Amino acid sequence: MMAKQSRQGNSEGGRRQGRRGSGRREAFWGQLTNWLDDWLAINPDGTVTAFSGKVELGTGVRTALAQIVAEELEVPFERVHMVMGDTERTPDEGYTAGSMTISTSGTALRNAAAEARRVLMEMAAERLDARLDELTVQDGLISLIRHPQRKITYAKLMGGEAFNLEVTEDVPLKDSKTYTIVGTSTPREDIPRKVAGQPSFIQDLRVPGMLHGRLVRPPSAAAELISMDESSVAELPGLVKVVQRGNFIAVVAEREEQAILAAQHLKVKWRERAALPPMQDLYTTLRSQPTQDTLLVEQGDYETSFKQAARQLHASYYQPYHAHASIGPSCALADVKEDQITVWASTPGPYPLRGALAQLLDVPAEKVHLIHVEGAGSYGQNGSDDAAADAVILSQAVGRPVRVQWSREDEFVWEPKAPAMVMEVHGGLDTQGNVVAWDYHVWSPSHVARARSPEQLVAGQLLFGQAAPQFGFSFGAERNAPTNYSFPNQRVTVHYLADSPLRASSFRSLGGAENTFANESFMDELAAAAGMDALDFRLRYLADARAREVLKAAAEKAGWEARPSLHGKKKKMAQGRGVAFAWYENDQAIVACVAHVLVDATSGAVRVKRLVVAHDCGLIINPDGLKNQIEGNAIQSLSRALKEEVKFDEWRVKSVDWDSYPILTFSEVPEVEIVLINRPNQPALGAGEPSTITTAAAVANAIFDATGARLRQIPFTPERVKAALC
Amino acid sequence: MSGEIVLIVNGKPHTVQAAPDTPLLYVLRNELELNGPHFGCAGEKCGACMVLVGAKPTLSCHLPISEIGRSRITTLEGLIEDGELHPVQRAFIEEQATQCGYCVNGMIITTAAMLWKNPHPTDEQIRAALDGNLCRCGAHLRILRAVKRAEKLISGEEEE
Repeated sequence: MMAKQSRQGNSEGGRRQGRRGSGRREAFWGQLTNWLDDWLAINPDGTVTAFSGKVELGTGVRTALAQIVAEELEVPFERVHMVMGDTERTPDEGYTAGSMTISTSGTALRNAAAEARRVLMEMAAERLDARLDELTVQDGLISLIRHPQRKITYAKLMGGEAFNLEVTEDVPLKDSKTYTIVGTSTPREDIPRKVAGQPSFIQDLRVPGMLHGRLVRPPSAAAELISMDESSVAELPGLVKVVQRGNFIAVVAEREEQAILAAQHLKVKWRERAALPPMQDLYTTLRSQPTQDTLLVEQGDYETSFKQAARQLHASYYQPYHAHASIGPSCALADVKEDQITVWASTPGPYPLRGALAQLLDVPAEKVHLIHVEGAGSYGQNGSDDAAADAVILSQAVGRPVRVQWSREDEFVWEPKAPAMVMEVHGGLDTQGNVVAWDYHVWSPSHVARARSPEQLVAGQLLFGQAAPQFGFSFGAERNAPTNYSFPNQRVTVHYLADSPLRASSFRSLGGAENTFANESFMDELAAAAGMDALDFRLRYLADARAREVLKAAAEKAGWEARPSLHGKKKKMAQGRGVAFAWYENDQAIVACVAHVLVDATSGAVRVKRLVVAHDCGLIINPDGLKNQIEGNAIQSLSRALKEEVKFDEWRVKSVDWDSYPILTFSEVPEVEIVLINRPNQPALGAGEPSTITTAAAVANAIFDATGARLRQIPFTPERVKAALC
Repeated sequence: MSGEIVLIVNGKPHTVQAAPDTPLLYVLRNELELNGPHFGCAGEKCGACMVLVGAKPTLSCHLPISEIGRSRITTLEGLIEDGELHPVQRAFIEEQATQCGYCVNGMIITTAAMLWKNPHPTDEQIRAALDGNLCRCGAHLRILRAVKRAEKLISGEEEE
C-alpha cells in the first residue's frame, strides 16, 4: 500500500523558503504585519512596550526579545516591557514552536526597533535643527555630538502618538560589534518573581466570581458513556453543576476541593473497547499500516552501490511514545459572556486556539479574547489547549468564570504524546571502510496535530466523537531524517501513517531527536564495522567548516582519544564514551554531544557521568540563557533516553503518574559541560530544541563502546542493556 | 462547617472556612491566595506543593488541615523577612536556577530546610535531599549550584 509520491523534496521541513509561504504554513506561523505600531510603542514615561505574538514557555524568550529591542532601539533593558500572546494586543505569530521565536519574532522586533530608531533620529534632526550625522543616541536620548545640551528624548519626540508607518525593508541595523545588551547574560526578569511566590503562572490566576471545574474523563479515548448517576453527588457541598454533553463530563463547584470530591464521587458507567494494539506489537503495527511516502533525498545510485558494497549493514531503531509530562498539569480559565468571551490559557498558539474555541462555541473568532498566561514548561503541545476548551464549555454551562485544573492523571492520559516511530537504516561499506551506500526510512504519524479546530481538542472529540483517521497534513517526521554527511549514494524516505494508536502531537524537535538517534547510532555501527574512530569517521563526511569545528570542539572538551570502539569487553563496571553530531533541520543550529557512561554489566544499569555539548547557533543573544536551554535539553533528553516510555494495554494508557512514568532525578543527573561557539556575524538561530537531539545516540554509542551492547530501542533500561549484552 | 480551624501561616493566624479533611494546599492557594506552593500531582510524588511545617519540608497536597494543629506553616512567601529575600531565594536568582520555575518552590523549601539542619552538606547529601523534587525542564545542575551558593551566603563566606 505504498502510495509513492516521489521526489517531493524537503519542502515541509525546509526552512528558508517554506516557513513564510502560503496556505497551512502561513496559518502555522501567523499573519505577518509590517505595521511598526503593531510591534512597538514609545510611552510618554520613556518606557517602551514591545508586542510579540510568541509566548513565554519557560525558556526565557521574554528576556531575550526585550534584549533585542533594547539593543536596537538604544534604550536601557529595564525600560522595555514585553506584551506577548494576546489576541487583542499582539501580532498573530501563530505558534511558539520549532525554536523559531528568536529568528522570527526576534527578527521582526529587531527590524521594528531599527525602523523606530531611524524615524526618531530623523524627527530629532528636524527638531534640533541638525544633520543626522551630527546626532548621537543613548538610553533613548538623542543629542548633538558636539553640543550635548541640545537634546530630546524619544518620549518627547513621540508625545504619546503612534508611528503610523510601515517597517521598511532593508532598514539599517546596528553593527553587532557595537552590541552592549545583546550577547550579555542579562538575568531573566521572571526569576525574582517566581522564587518569591508572586503570581506567575496560569495556575496562579484568580478572577472575581470564579468557580472551579474538574473533569470526569472516560477511562480511555474510545470509551462511550452508558449512564451517569447525578444523584451520587447531589448531597456534596458546594456543587454548582454536573455538565454532561456526549462523552464530555465535568463538575463545577464553588471551591476547588469540592470539585475534586465531586469528580471522585460521580458515578459514571462507560463502555470500553480494546482499541489499541497490544504494546508489545506497537512497532510491528507501525510497520504494517498503509503509508504516504515521500522520498526526501535521492543521490547517486543507491541500489547498485549497495549491491556492490563489500559489507552491508542493516539496523532498525525504535522510539516509544513519550509524555511531555509538564510538572504542572494543564490549567485554563474562561469567562463566557453573551457579548464577550475571555479565555486565559498557557497555549503555545493564542490565535489558532482562539479560532478553534470560536468554532467550538459557534461564534465569530473576534468575539473571543485569548490571553496567554505562562504555564509550567510544556516542550511542545501538552494539554493546555485542551484545558482551555474544557474551561469554555464549563463557563458557558454555568454562566460564570470557571477555572479548570487537570489532574496529574488527566495530563498523563490525555495530553498528546510524542509519537512512537520506527527507523530503519541500510548501509554499505567498501573495502577501505568508506560509506558507499546509505538508505534511511522512518515510519511515523504526523508530529503536528495542533488544535486549530474543535476535533483536534479532547473536548471536541468527546462532544462530537472521534473523526475517522485519514491522511492529511503530516509534518515533523522528516526533521533530521536526512543527515548532513556527503555520502555519494543515498536515499532518505519518510513513511507517514494516517493515524497514531495514541493521540500524538509535537514534542521538542519533532522527529529530530528520533531520526538523529537512528542516524548517529548507525554511523557508529558503520564506524565500528570499519574499525575506525567514531569521530574521524564522521569528519570524513563533513566538509563544512562550522560543522567540523563544532564536532571537534566537543571532542576536545571531552578529551576524546582517537581509537576504534572497544566493544566486546565485559567487565563488571565498564566505562565508555560515545559521540553524536547533528545539524538541526539540516540548516539551523549545529550540535555535537559526547557522553561518558559507566555500565554495570551485572545489572544492566547505565550511569551517565558526563555530557559534553558543543553548540553553534550563530549570534548568541544571551549566553547564560543559552546554556540554560542546553543544560535542560541535555538532561531532559537523557531522561527520555534512559527511562521514559508511555505504557498502555489494548484498552488504556497505563502511565498515569510519576511511578508509572518516572523521569530522571537529581541523583541520576550527570555533569553537563558546554562549549558555546559564538558567530556574531551570523543570524541568531533558535536553541530551544537542537541540543535535545544528539543525547540518545551519544549515550547508546557510549554503551556500545563500554560493553559491545548495541541499544536500538529507547529507553535504555537495565533489562534491555542486559539483553543486549548476551 | 468548621470555622474553628486556625492555621498559623507565615507567622499569622488564619481562621479557615474549608472542611477539616481538605488538603492544606487548596487552603493555602485558594483561601490565603498564596502562590508559592503549587499543585503538581496531588499524590505526594513531585514536591511542587512543599511547605515547611515547623522546620520540616512537608508535602501539602494530601495533608488534611485538621492534622496540622498549632504547627507553624511557612510557605515560599514566608521565607521573605522584612522584604528581604531568604539567602536560598537570592542564590536561586544569582544562579538563574530555574527554567519554567514551576517546581522552584519545592526546590527552595527543601534547600532551606536542609541547610538549617546541615549547613554544609556533601554533594551526595544535596542530591539525596532533592531527589523527591522533580524538575522536568532539566534545571538540576543550576539548582545544585544554587544550593552551594546558598550554603556560602548563609555561612557568611560570600556576603556581598
